[in-house]
Amino acid sequence: MERIPILKLGGVLIVTIQVDMHDHLALALEEDLTAMIVRTGARGVLIEISALEIVDSFIGRMLVSIAAIARVLDAETVVAGMRPAVAITLVELGLELTGIRTALNVERGMALIQARLSEEDGHGSDRDGLES
Amino acid sequence: MTVSKAETLPIRSGGDVVRVRQRVRALAVEIGLGLVDQTKIVTAASELARNTLDYGGGGDVRAEIVQNGARKGLRLTFEDTGPGIADIEQAMTDHYTSGGGLGLGLGGAKRLSNEFHIASTPGMGTRVTIARWK
Repeated sequence: MERIPILKLGGVLIVTIQVDMHDHLALALEEDLTAMIVRTGARGVLIEISALEIVDSFIGRMLVSIAAIARVLDAETVVAGMRPAVAITLVELGLELTGIRTALNVERGMALIQARLSEEDGHGSDRDGLES
Repeated sequence: MTVSKAETLPIRSGGDVVRVRQRVRALAVEIGLGLVDQTKIVTAASELARNTLDYGGGGDVRAEIVQNGARKGLRLTFEDTGPGIADIEQAMTDHYTSGGGLGLGLGGAKRLSNEFHIASTPGMGTRVTIARWK
């Protein structure tokens, strides 16, 4: 079966969606990402969608669902690279990407995830400091 | 108003929804719609095709290039013979859903189109027509 490849870079899983999404592919991606977050202990998921010509409520629902699952598994999801025409259409459609952070491109998306991770590490050491 | 081109596409599977999107995109390009308008009509078509598949049990879409004076447009008519919609007003409301979706299909498709018309008879089926003009 056709599947979307997932790359791992440090503690971040990276997915580039370059094909027209359909049901099976969306479900497979959700399952693969979930398994890989658990297996690798990844703290961030970056989904790059600059090749997507549209985001309808089906794809929106998939993104929201992936972000919700990732959050339960302690990983943050960032969607990067949305085309301007897609952004305009998404707003008019009324789709809210609840629980998803967005970034203009992959570079900014990675920065967003890294910032969150280092911020948490910072809090972690503060807590250690109080306990000692 | 004259119809200068017409074709019918089946909507029986998720793969058909993808094909409908691709064909609508090609027709939108053919009549010279700009990128944002193309994206809007393709997204609306995707929502309606999925409704036809998920709630109507499958059906088809008739895609027509129409001309009204000097204006060209793309008109899409989605038709199914499914259970129909008893309360259209309620079904048009955002976040109303009978199938676990986000419930943006009908209302969203209307917002993304210049023209929107829906007719449904419970037990007989549903027909939704949208148009986007250049």
